[in-house]
Amino acid sequence: MSRPTRFKNTQAEEGQFQLRLVVAYAIMVLLFLLLVSRFVWLQVMQHEHFSTLAQNNRISLVPILPNRGLIVDRNGVILAQNYSAYTLELTPSKMADLDATVAELSKLVNVTPRDLKLFKKLRAESRNFEAIPLKAKLSEEEAARMAAHAWRFPGVEVKARLFRDYPFKELTSHVLGYIGRINTKDVERLEEDDQTTNYRGTTYIGKTGLEYTYETQLHGTVGFEEMETDAGGRAIRTLRRTPPINGQSLHLALDIRLQELADKLFGKRRGALVAIDPRDGGVLAFLSKPGFDPSLFIDGIDSQTWKELNEDWEKPLVNRALRGLYPPGSTFKPFMAMAALETGAIGPNDIRPAPGYFTLPGSSHQFRDSKPSGNGMVNLAKAIQVSSDTFFYKLAWDMGIDRIHPVVAQFGLGSKTGIDLDGEAAGVLPSKEWKAKRFAKYRPEVGRWYPADVVSIGIGQGFNAYTPLQMANGVATLANDGAMFKPHLVQQVVDDRHAKATPINTNPVRRLAFKPAHFEYVKRGMQAVLQPGGTAARIGVNLPYTMAGKTGTAQVVQIKQGAKYNAGALAERYRDHSWFVAFAPVEAPKIALAVIVENAGFGAAAAAPIARALTDFYLTGKVPADLSGQLQTVKTETRSAAEIARAQAERAAEEQEGHDANPAP
Amino acid sequence: MQTPLLKRLWQFVREPLDGWLMLFLGLVFVLSMLVLYSASNQSFDKIDNKLVYTVLGLVVMWGAARMRPQSIMNFAPPLYALGVLLLLAVHFKGVTVNGSTRWLELGITRIQPSEIMKIALPMMVAWFFQRFELSLRWWHYLAAMVLIVIPGGLVLKQPDLGTATLIMAAGFFVLYFAGLSWKVLIGGAVAFAASLPVVWNLMHDYQKKRVLTLIDPMEDPLGAGYHIIQSMIAIGSGGPFGKGWLNGTQTHLDYIPERTTDFIFAVYSEEFGLIGNIILVVLYLLIVSRGLMITARAQTLYGRLMGGTITMSFFVYAFVNMGMVAGILPVVGVPLPLVSYGGTATLTLMLGLGMLMSIGNTRR
Repeated sequence: MSRPTRFKNTQAEEGQFQLRLVVAYAIMVLLFLLLVSRFVWLQVMQHEHFSTLAQNNRISLVPILPNRGLIVDRNGVILAQNYSAYTLELTPSKMADLDATVAELSKLVNVTPRDLKLFKKLRAESRNFEAIPLKAKLSEEEAARMAAHAWRFPGVEVKARLFRDYPFKELTSHVLGYIGRINTKDVERLEEDDQTTNYRGTTYIGKTGLEYTYETQLHGTVGFEEMETDAGGRAIRTLRRTPPINGQSLHLALDIRLQELADKLFGKRRGALVAIDPRDGGVLAFLSKPGFDPSLFIDGIDSQTWKELNEDWEKPLVNRALRGLYPPGSTFKPFMAMAALETGAIGPNDIRPAPGYFTLPGSSHQFRDSKPSGNGMVNLAKAIQVSSDTFFYKLAWDMGIDRIHPVVAQFGLGSKTGIDLDGEAAGVLPSKEWKAKRFAKYRPEVGRWYPADVVSIGIGQGFNAYTPLQMANGVATLANDGAMFKPHLVQQVVDDRHAKATPINTNPVRRLAFKPAHFEYVKRGMQAVLQPGGTAARIGVNLPYTMAGKTGTAQVVQIKQGAKYNAGALAERYRDHSWFVAFAPVEAPKIALAVIVENAGFGAAAAAPIARALTDFYLTGKVPADLSGQLQTVKTETRSAAEIARAQAERAAEEQEGHDANPAP
Repeated sequence: MQTPLLKRLWQFVREPLDGWLMLFLGLVFVLSMLVLYSASNQSFDKIDNKLVYTVLGLVVMWGAARMRPQSIMNFAPPLYALGVLLLLAVHFKGVTVNGSTRWLELGITRIQPSEIMKIALPMMVAWFFQRFELSLRWWHYLAAMVLIVIPGGLVLKQPDLGTATLIMAAGFFVLYFAGLSWKVLIGGAVAFAASLPVVWNLMHDYQKKRVLTLIDPMEDPLGAGYHIIQSMIAIGSGGPFGKGWLNGTQTHLDYIPERTTDFIFAVYSEEFGLIGNIILVVLYLLIVSRGLMITARAQTLYGRLMGGTITMSFFVYAFVNMGMVAGILPVVGVPLPLVSYGGTATLTLMLGLGMLMSIGNTRR
């Protein structure tokens, strides 16, 4: 009875089951179709998008840094170079505990408090994923130890990096300047110049000096390596390589031997010296004392050292030759003489009194002469030779500022020379317009030009303020009979790769249209300064060549009426500055220079001997006996341009190897 | 004399095996070897291991296929009981790795009892229905659900949402083929949907993260979203025809995580493209079709239930794995059937397929 029922049931169940199989199958087919449509979307419709992503994943551009160009002096002596050394670098984003890592690393390498300070400063300035050096220039032993322990420190790398080295340190600090880490200001500048790509991977940039001025040439062009990288960021292989173009080197007009000699002659005294080749405007020596060690700045200076340097009363960071403004004192007189002759204020043979003091009509104020008894009756040349103040007071008073300014201005005094260094000061060659402008914000009386203003200007005091560079360039122009050059430290920019040298333009920027006879006259007057009866007669003794010069004494403080200048009674830093400008040989000048020794009194005493020693060395090769043992560069062998180029090419190759020698991460 | 002997040996080996299934499995196996060779950066270590496991799996499959389904069925209650006991042991004495307790330390080796349940649970539920075949009432379904929920809950507690879902799904497939009322099925689906917010609140943070990552992988491209993004890049950049065997950049530059195991499909997809994907999907569909065909002809209730469930589970594994790699399902630890590298999963799967063949061998 139950059998058929059950059979029927089974059949019904059978149908039920088959239905469920079909439903299940339909669902499965549907879901597989859904999956396939997803594949179509990913692999056909979005294929391009994902291909790009895969490509971006795969390929990373790794910059290859160009080697920074060298800087060599006129004889091929290297003044700035690169060397390879290992640095320990940390990437904060790749480590769990930065402080703990630093503490651990300190056990392996010698991390000084200065390193730590610097690291903290850089850490604050950089982004999290940037590698920050903890210690630069690891010793071989430290580098080896780090390599052995590297696995313990994720995000810590030992990298071979090129460092900048200035072998002459203080001696060239105000010429070369220094490079330093690229900061936000530099980044803005690079962005403006569209140079961001070219600086990818670059850490340093020229901050001051020639390193700054010639940054573009020195830096070169970055190269790139297209690397295939895996998910861990490891480079697998190079797909394409665009080599970098190394920076060009700078061949300076500067003679490091002259520079060193000048430095030694200054000793511990402060001041500046600029020597120029009047024939082409090349700067032979450019010294500002004291200097500083540029290497302090390269990796960022710590605030304490910075404070010390900056607040040092000797101001080692100030480039005195470029930015120091001093009244020229009597070194101004040759330019006054040119103005007087050119404007016809005085004839070459006119004889005028040179008394002990000068007073203005209707005034009791005495403008005193440095020689209380006066110099009697003198002509212009004699007035230069003996440096008669009263003669020039009277001359200036007779001429008035409007006849002085236009002539002297043509010698470049009171305006920038255009030297290839940044931050040059313009100085002040006074004029009525200048005074009105300078004192515009005060009552009109203050800005008015008073006839008496001109008197002290006539002897290089008063409002006069020039840089030693301007004085040197002015004297060079005078020595050169008015052919004026733009002074330049760099003679040639040399492309090592193409062995191509680009000379700096050495055509005169101006030829002063003054009478040759007037140049001749003033130069003879200056030559007499070094002859018996002249203010610098002492340094003119036994001259194997001809030399012309002019002493100067720049007042730092005004001496009260009736009081006597007494160097001993004044604190050292209020004493007068000692000036000397000179050129030699007189007939065909090869060197023109301006020397100022701060707070050293009369020009003849301190500055003039320095000038004589330099011209001696430059023209005859003679070295002062007492210094010969201290000079390192004098014996340096000089090399031809071809030799330098070859040596540099070899060097560049070595440095590139240094780059490539980065240990595989 | 030799030929008949060889012939007889061949007959002996060949006899329990299903020809169609063997053909499809063989094709998938060839593909799997190609992709594994590429995924393991052309090293033979994993290939060798996989060969060993495959041979072992074939032996297991052959053995299972030779047995009668009824004999296998008798293993169900003890296997299930053992599984539950082991899961309890895991619960109390298990080894915790990455915040979840899934393993049991056995001195020599470590086992994951939830793996046993993948087979034991559907066997048990099918056994239960077979046992009460003639007197099925609604409460039998209820009781079956209890059988499902006990191990399912234990695995869920570990926590291992992926495996728990797969185990319970297998049990559910048995219920489905056993004729659970459509009303209950639909009602259940609605109730499930309604309970999602509650489930969401019960989920662990890492589980929530997986779901969120699925919805928008770009939300956390370097964290949870990284795997999905990279495997989607692999698939997408493969394009219609693929980058060619051994030429997948995502694969060979380490961008694909777990590329020999759970994410091996991304490797396959990158190198063989849409064409390759369709071939693989079609092969899986053929295996599933053959499985359902065998099921449709099964003689006993147990055979039908197990056949349907093994087939459905096979499908679910394939679908979930490919879906997760393609970024439409959350990332759960499910290997791609027959392709992913891994011994246990291979053995379990081959055992299941062997049981399917055994069902096919005892036709009406």
